[in-house]
Amino acid sequence: MWSQLRSLGTVFKHLFTRVETVQYPEEMPYLAPRYRGRIVLTRDPDGDERCVACNLCAVACPVDCIALQKTEREDGRWYPEFFRINFSRCIMCGMCEEACPTYAIQLTPDFELCEYDRNNMVYEKEHLLIDGVGKYPDYSFWHVAGKAIDGKDKGEAQKEKPPVDVRSNLP
Amino acid sequence: MAKISVDGVEFDAKEGENLLQAVLSAQLELPYFCWHPSLGSVGACRQCAVIQYADEEDTQGRLIMACMTPVADGMRVSLEAAHARDFRASVIEWLMENHPHDCPVCEEGGECHLQDMTVMSGHTARRYRGNKRTFENQYLGPFLNHEMNRCITCYRCVRYYQDYAGGTDLQAFGSRARMYFGREEAGVLENPFSGNLVEVCPTGVFTDKPFSKTYTRKWDLQSAPSVCAGCAVGCNTIPSERYGRLKRVHNRYNGSVNGYFLCDRGRYGFGYVNDDARIHKVGVRAADGVFDVISAEEGEEKLGDIVRDGAIGIGSPRASLESNLALKVLVGEENFCTGLSSAEDALMRLILDVYECGGARIPTLAQVEEADAVLILGEDVLNTAPRVALAVRQSVRNESLEMAEQAGIPLWQEAGVRSHGRESASPLLVASLLPTELDELATHTCNGAPESLAAAGFAIAHRLNSAYAAGEELDGPTQSFVDDAAAVLSRAKRPLVISGTSLRNDGLIKAAANIAWALKAQGCDAGLLLTAAEANSCGVGMLGGGVDLDTALRAAAAGQALVVLENDVTRRADPDLVASAFSGSTAVAVLDSLENATTESASLVLPAATFAESTGTFVNYEGRAQRFFEVFAATGETAPAWRWLSKAGARAGRNDMHWQHVDQVVEAVASHPRLVGVADAAPNGGHRNAAGNRVPRAPHRYSGRTAMNAGVNIHEPKTQVDEETPLSYSMEGAMGDQPAALTSYVWSPGWNSNQSVFKFQQEVGGAMAGGDPGVRMLDAEPAQVDFAQRYRPLQTPIGAEGDGRFKLLPTHSIFGSEELSGRSQPIAERGPQAFIVLGAAEAARLQVAEGMGVRCPELDATFAVRVEESLAEGLAVVAMGLGGLGDEVPSERVTLEPDPEFVPPTTLIARG
Repeated sequence: MWSQLRSLGTVFKHLFTRVETVQYPEEMPYLAPRYRGRIVLTRDPDGDERCVACNLCAVACPVDCIALQKTEREDGRWYPEFFRINFSRCIMCGMCEEACPTYAIQLTPDFELCEYDRNNMVYEKEHLLIDGVGKYPDYSFWHVAGKAIDGKDKGEAQKEKPPVDVRSNLP
Repeated sequence: MAKISVDGVEFDAKEGENLLQAVLSAQLELPYFCWHPSLGSVGACRQCAVIQYADEEDTQGRLIMACMTPVADGMRVSLEAAHARDFRASVIEWLMENHPHDCPVCEEGGECHLQDMTVMSGHTARRYRGNKRTFENQYLGPFLNHEMNRCITCYRCVRYYQDYAGGTDLQAFGSRARMYFGREEAGVLENPFSGNLVEVCPTGVFTDKPFSKTYTRKWDLQSAPSVCAGCAVGCNTIPSERYGRLKRVHNRYNGSVNGYFLCDRGRYGFGYVNDDARIHKVGVRAADGVFDVISAEEGEEKLGDIVRDGAIGIGSPRASLESNLALKVLVGEENFCTGLSSAEDALMRLILDVYECGGARIPTLAQVEEADAVLILGEDVLNTAPRVALAVRQSVRNESLEMAEQAGIPLWQEAGVRSHGRESASPLLVASLLPTELDELATHTCNGAPESLAAAGFAIAHRLNSAYAAGEELDGPTQSFVDDAAAVLSRAKRPLVISGTSLRNDGLIKAAANIAWALKAQGCDAGLLLTAAEANSCGVGMLGGGVDLDTALRAAAAGQALVVLENDVTRRADPDLVASAFSGSTAVAVLDSLENATTESASLVLPAATFAESTGTFVNYEGRAQRFFEVFAATGETAPAWRWLSKAGARAGRNDMHWQHVDQVVEAVASHPRLVGVADAAPNGGHRNAAGNRVPRAPHRYSGRTAMNAGVNIHEPKTQVDEETPLSYSMEGAMGDQPAALTSYVWSPGWNSNQSVFKFQQEVGGAMAGGDPGVRMLDAEPAQVDFAQRYRPLQTPIGAEGDGRFKLLPTHSIFGSEELSGRSQPIAERGPQAFIVLGAAEAARLQVAEGMGVRCPELDATFAVRVEESLAEGLAVVAMGLGGLGDEVPSERVTLEPDPEFVPPTTLIARG
């Protein structure tokens, strides 16, 4: 008897507490920028593809759902010829983002990845690449790396001395 | 054997060996950079520092460089002492100060010795805040990328390139922190072994340029143990695949054959596997002359129809033994031809005859390096069997090694050995048609027509032992060469005679055999190395055919059906004869991987798998049977040629050809009395390791498995099951205790680079664990024959006939002369333009000079002229395989005329 009354009391008490239920999808929940949802490929501050096709995301991926192929542009930049994520396998663990040395691959707060056809869960580069820098507005890998590309010659990257004149022994 | 104590644990080590080598042989971990088993120790990088204690009481010890310290019995060292660890960590931190932030865009990343050593030394965070030193890069040709910023100044590149490979155009420049390793000015690296810099460089300064174009990390490559198809040396390779394309070829260590190094033809000559001209479908020629695509079943049926009533079969020295055997069984011995040209076939028979007499040892490449006097008779080995030339180059060092030994200098003490030995070199005598690249090392050279070289050879044998008949009279310089050669060779303990088939002259081979036998009779350990042209020339020679190529083609011309196996016969026989065979034959079935002049004329074409898509056996120049394994599965209807042939045999009602599995074909090959060893060349398909596992083709971190195919179909395909070999098509299985013939890649925890190969060796730089792969099949006890009377010199006319026409002689180019590698883009880019060599007098008579052009109407070909003073009148030397030429020169004399319209090609190769 006492226990039933206590249960009724508990239920009654909850009528006056704050409601945690969100009226999704009419009402969208707040998700932090670091939320691990749908993966995107971002661009440099200057608008070029950030991904250099180094394959570190693919090797970090515990479910092996990333496949890509490196190729090279005329100006010397490496980029992926294709970049494919199979979201039907992805577990949103964020290891690819952690592995990415160029901040190209980033997880976003978008979690709405539902499809009637599993084939639509396969995202190619054109589906992944966004027109923005994502969470890291200033980083440009090519201005840190030592490899020369058009517009950034040897010695012009951050923290670099001008190229050595091999034909001189002067200090 | 010495006992050394390392961190309190006792190990056995070889007395006098350097400590680093001993420590690595004991499977301990000690970082190093500048030391390399083939290049010795120079103590340049200071990375292998350890603490040595004077005795048991000594707790302080002193810092020594392991690579520069000889092992002594009772030695006490510590790798783990704090001081040694700190020192090594500091060294790596200094080396990394200027290292660029390049790993994501560096082709070495993931198989980088510098990465491995940095992790091993515990250097994780950068403390240096200064600016980094930078360098400009150089264009180095179609094989290598140059990225000098990544250099750690270990000097391995110049030590390999100059000291080991004899290159002159890669140097160290500058001083202090500004050391620069490159050419004096940008340009193609000339040495034909330059590709090894990719594996020698411990970081990413020199990287593989064709591989970089469609780059894949090492952990993503699917690889299998293979054998180079570029020449008859049979270097062991690891070709690797990703996304259905062959990406690169790396060296696979074999202590008896290629050791740590490949030639550039072997490393970069695989591009034809990915070529657009690959045949993928079965085609039958319709009435209008165009090929109709038919199904595989129809193709088998048609091939069965062709062979049902008997056909002539032409095998191939570039096809596996298995495929050749299948054809031989299908058409019968009396209708089977080896596919070697008639001239080469006769020479191959001669070589086998020489070897089967057992009069001299057939050297492995490792034994070539040990020879203390070498005579090369007629063969331009650098261009026909390149890796042999690199081994000969090492043999020249034996004199200085001996001097060092007498002076008590350890042989691994590279700088000491070299400065003590200075100019001294073991004798190398080169008798050749034209001057060769090895001449710079030769103590005596002699040039002449093949007949006069052979005469010189017979004269040397005669000088060594007068029971051997001398040939004709020799001119002065040749006589002095003969005198010198006889004197030098008879003094040597391990003399070596090298010759081969490339000049198509049997006298050279007979003379070489006579010399080796005469030396052997003097009691020394004489070696005789006879090279053939292609990967399986020796194999098809041992398999043998009932008819030679010209006879086979004549039979086809008379109306016999013809089956051609992986062979462009237009390269090997007279064009008119080939044309009449194709037009006269009732049906011409061709099995090949690439479109060529023979498939053009075929009535039925079946797609054959290349070495990368099939499993089979090649037999190298020393009679070593070596198995190559399928790297990736063939696409479409492409299948190993033996499979097409056995299916066609079954359709034609044959009961002896129901081969389902490559092992059954191997067994059939091994039933041939000469080829029994083939069965043991590698474990069969049923082999499993101790735990019952297969050997994986893919490393354990192979990525992208659930996405690679998702673009085509979201449902992941079942992992392909390999029915044929003990390898698996995935990362499943285990590496470590497999026989050396099954090493599909080298990797060990903490050792991602190819330096990890020492984990698979019995001792560092020695044989592979479990013995080097391959089975030698030609070692024979000396036969009861009169060696001195076996081969007698022939009297052959030498010299011009005075009608102004030219006798053509063949020469070869490492890049371009071999059929398949010549179709790989970087090799084609590096190869020379078709050229002809004329004597000075003949060039003057034709009024042409170096760089001008001449036409040969009979061959319908134009050549760039090269003038060679020494070449006799009436002779002209043409490069085989270039400018539309095949593997044979016409036997008739030809006319040559200057070509005023000839435009020399620009020598500049496209940059980038």
